[in-house]
This record gives sequence, structure tokens and C-alpha cells, in this order.
Amino acid sequence: MKEHPAISANNLTRKFGSFIATNAISFEVKKGEIFGFLGANGAGKTTAMRMLCGLLAPTSGSATVAGYDVASYPEKVKQHIGYMSQKFSLYEDLTVKENFLFYGGVYGLRRKEILLRLNDMLKRLDLVHALNTRVGELPLGWKQKLSFSLAMLHQPEIIFLDEPTGGVDPITRRKFWDLIYEAAHQGVTIFVTTHYMDEAEYCDRVSIMVNGVIEALDSPENLRSKYQAETMDAVFQELARGTITL
Amino acid sequence: MRQFLAFVKKEFRHIFRDRRTLLILFGMPVAQVMIFGFALNNEVENAGVAIFDMSMDYESTLLINHIDVSSYFFVDRTCRNIECIEDAFRTNTARLGIVIPADFGSKLWRGENPAIKIIGDASDPNQAQVLTTYAKAIIQSHLAERASVTIELPILRSTSRMVFNPELKAVYMFVPGIMGFILLLVSAMMTSLTIAREKELGTMELLLVSPLRSAHIIFGKVAPYWLLSFVNAIIIVLLGIVVFDTPMNGSVVLLTMSCLLFSLTALALGIFISARSSSQMTAMLISMMGLLLPTILLSGFIFPIENMPVVLQVVSNVIPAKWFIILIKGLMIKGSGINMLWKPFAILLFITVLLSIAAIRNVKPRLES
Repeated sequence: MKEHPAISANNLTRKFGSFIATNAISFEVKKGEIFGFLGANGAGKTTAMRMLCGLLAPTSGSATVAGYDVASYPEKVKQHIGYMSQKFSLYEDLTVKENFLFYGGVYGLRRKEILLRLNDMLKRLDLVHALNTRVGELPLGWKQKLSFSLAMLHQPEIIFLDEPTGGVDPITRRKFWDLIYEAAHQGVTIFVTTHYMDEAEYCDRVSIMVNGVIEALDSPENLRSKYQAETMDAVFQELARGTITL
Repeated sequence: MRQFLAFVKKEFRHIFRDRRTLLILFGMPVAQVMIFGFALNNEVENAGVAIFDMSMDYESTLLINHIDVSSYFFVDRTCRNIECIEDAFRTNTARLGIVIPADFGSKLWRGENPAIKIIGDASDPNQAQVLTTYAKAIIQSHLAERASVTIELPILRSTSRMVFNPELKAVYMFVPGIMGFILLLVSAMMTSLTIAREKELGTMELLLVSPLRSAHIIFGKVAPYWLLSFVNAIIIVLLGIVVFDTPMNGSVVLLTMSCLLFSLTALALGIFISARSSSQMTAMLISMMGLLLPTILLSGFIFPIENMPVVLQVVSNVIPAKWFIILIKGLMIKGSGINMLWKPFAILLFITVLLSIAAIRNVKPRLES
């Protein structure tokens, strides 16, 4: 097995006309790491993430995800990543089983294998009884767990989580992070954006983007001591202040 | 291939799970055919006639009787002046006026052709047109009959026969029209709606980060609706034949091909629309305003294209439904073969190819960015 960083960005840049959304950002994410990708709205997080997922071609610079160049092999990249967004992305009118059969099929998995993995996941989530329930009837916390499991279904090397816990109560959020830890333990790399600074504390390393560039990148402890702040929230305030106009 | 099948399966699940979709898909065609078939009716049956008889003789009485006993007309009133006919129009009791001149009988006996005035109520021009034609036919045949009795001169007789649709049944016209309308509705509106729905719900994002290619997504959306609109076409044709006695004189293979082709046209339109709309609301509005209205108005479905101003006649050429209706009418009612119908078929094919290319080109970058 060849060793490559899970994600490696090298002067990754994307312009929209004269506006530079992402300005020559460089960073590396190690395998099995939980990498927090922070930044105020409009700081360029989404653009960077779209490029890493192979949805948007970089204007200049390069990035590899799971060892594949995102510009040259977006299809390969897509095969090796999982994705979960803040917008809840299961089909509400389909049952849990049907949703998984569909997404599994999309990743080229066989029916038998999908059902096996699904059964496994549901057991661990204690949701076996929900197998044939329509997703629309499930509570939000369950849906979120299922979304995460769905992103894990094809056993990707890296999972991109775009504000996965938006609009969820703290207890459910905490439980959700247990899932993330568990996945990281199995060697899955987690790339997560969030606006909750307590969640930033859970990450192995955190980057903070301001106006298209990465202003800081380190472990939460190091960042706190560097900026002499009590919490990540204070660090974020310090860095992002002045860029947000209210 | 497995990816594609998974997608199509999922689409079918969406369709069969949603009662509203099912209702639009299958309830609407049936309702439309029934409504158009029974309600929209150009047939003449027992229309009231106001007659101003100036001669009041034996011959004019015979003529009036003849008109009265025909199944098309009944004599609503006999008038003593022209105003009385207009009154009858105003009260909507009569739809046609007939004025018999004072010298009617004497001219007839002299072997001359008496002039009879037929007055139509042109507030409904189409109906006035039809009624006048019917009245003319009745009067002419009556005159010819009488002329052979009164004088021995050989006289030129003309009879008219309506071919393909001797009873002038409106349904014959509407079945092809409704087929075009429904196929367009199902294919274009439903596909544009489902694609817009995925965008709205955010599931599109997930599809895009998956290894699915845009072609998979597009064709996966199209395939189920293609199949369903074909089923719809069959339902409409069968309804037409069973309930309304629409003839089916042409080749079934050609009919099938035409339906499949036209559904494809509509699907391409649907994808085109979905590329331009990010919400179901927009998609719905564009399909309604941009597709259904022009189709109803300009395809010849309800209003004859020949009667339109030249500009609209030219515009009607780009309405795919126009060519589809020509095809279906030719096939079902006239029993024409491909040797006569190759032209509308070729035009429809051409439009479809153009639309598909435009649709795919438009939707790909929009899906991806």
C-alpha cells in the first residue's frame, strides 16, 4: 500500500471573474486525521471543498485527494470520498433500505453487500427497526446518523462533512461526534466544516480561513496558546474579526 | 450499467410512491380525453333556425318542413321581418336565420334558381360556418329534388361527402391533440420538476459528488418518464378507439414510433427547462407558460393553423406538437403511410435532435457548477 497524504493542496486557487474565492491555499491532511476547516461565511471554505470533491476545477495550483489529482481524475476522487452536507440529503419518500440500495448502486456495490453493510451499521446505531421506515418519518437526529452512515457505505478513505450538525441540539451533536471518532479510529480521514467552536475542539487539527487564505493551521491546543485564548471561539473571533461586516 | 439501473429504480420508486405524481400521470390523461371528447363538440345537432318566409306558398312550406325534420335543425320561429331573426340570435334560441324570397315558388316552377339568404350568428364564427354549410346542403338537395319534379330539364346535381370523418366528429380531432398535450405535459413538466426537486432538496449535491456521470443522471431521469409517457399514449389511443370510436387506420408500428419520438422531444424540452430553473416553482411556471400554452394555442390542436395570421403560422412551425398532431391524424384517421408522412416525421426528428443537443449542452455545466 503506497503512502500518500489523504488530502494535499498546493497553492490551490479559484477565481470567479476578478474575485479570488480561494487564494493559493496549501495544506496536508494525514490519513485518519480529523481535520476541521473553519472560516466565516464567504471566507472561501465551500469553494475549496468543492474543488477537493472534484466538483469545481481549480484556476491554478493543484490538489490530490486519496492520491488522485482532483483536476485530472475527478471521477477517481469521487469514487474514494464520501460526502455529507448540512442539507439533509436522503430521499424522504424512500425507506432507509431503498435509500441505501440506491446510493450503494451508484457506487457500484452489489445488493447483497449493501444489505450486509447496512444491517451492520443499523445494528451499531441501534436503528435496525427503522430499516423499512420512510426516511421522512424519522426524527432529525436519526436522519443525521443515517446520512453519515450513507456517506460511509462505500467505505471511502475520506469523508467530507459540510456543516453536518447544523440545526441540531447539543446532545445529538455530541452523539454525532462519537460516530465521527469511531470512523476516524477505523482509519477514515475526516474533513469537516463547522460553525460550532466546541466542535472545533474535537478536531485533531484546525485551519481557519479568512478572505480566501488560510490564516492559521494547527491543533486546537497550539492555536489557543499561540493566540493566548481560552477557547477556540476566542481564537476564531481574533482571526475573523474585521472581516465580517455586520 | 449497475449505477444507471440503480438510478432508474430509484426514479420509479419516487413516481409510484407519490400519489400526486401518479394522479397527474394517469388520472389526467383519462380525464382530459373524457372532457375534450364529450364537452368540446362541434357537431351540429338540433340547432334552432329562425325563418322569414316572404312567399308563404306550397313550395316554401315544403322547404321549411324539410329543414325542420332534419336531425340538424328545428324551426325555432317563423318571422315576419329581419329584426325578428336578430332577436332570435340575441336570445340564443336560434343559431341560424333563413330568408325565403317572395318569388320562391314561382321561380322554382319557371325552372330558375331562387335565391335564398342564409344568415349565420357569427358571434361564434366556427359554429356559424358549420351551420351555414349544413343548411346549404339541405336546401340544395331539396331544390334539386323539387326541380326534378317541377320541370323535366336535366339539372346539374352536386352532392358533397365528408371523407375520413363523415359525421364530423370532433373527437377525431381531439384525440391526436390530447395525445400531444399529455405527452408534453408528462414528459417535459415531470422531468423538469424532478430535476428541480433534487436541486431544491439538496440531493443533487450528493449525486454530483458520487461517481455518477451527468449522462447517468440525465438519462436516468428521462428513461422512466419515457416509458410512462408511452404507456400514456397507449391509454389515450385505446380510450379514443373504445369510447369514441376513433378509427385506427394506419400502421401501429409507425404510431408507436411517432409517440416515442415525440416523448423524446418533450423530454429534451424538460431537461432544457430544468437546466434553467433551480426550484420546482420556476420549472412549473416555465413549462406552463413556455410550453403548454403555445402548444394548446399554436399546434392546431384547437384552433386551425390555416386561420391564423401569417406570422403565427410561421411560428407554429417550431411547435413540435404541430408535427406530431399531423402525424397522428394522418396515421389514425386517414391511414396514411410513411410515404405520405415522412415529412412531418423528418421535421419532428430534426427538432428533437436539435433540442437534445441543446439540452445536454445546457444542463451539463449547470449540473456541475
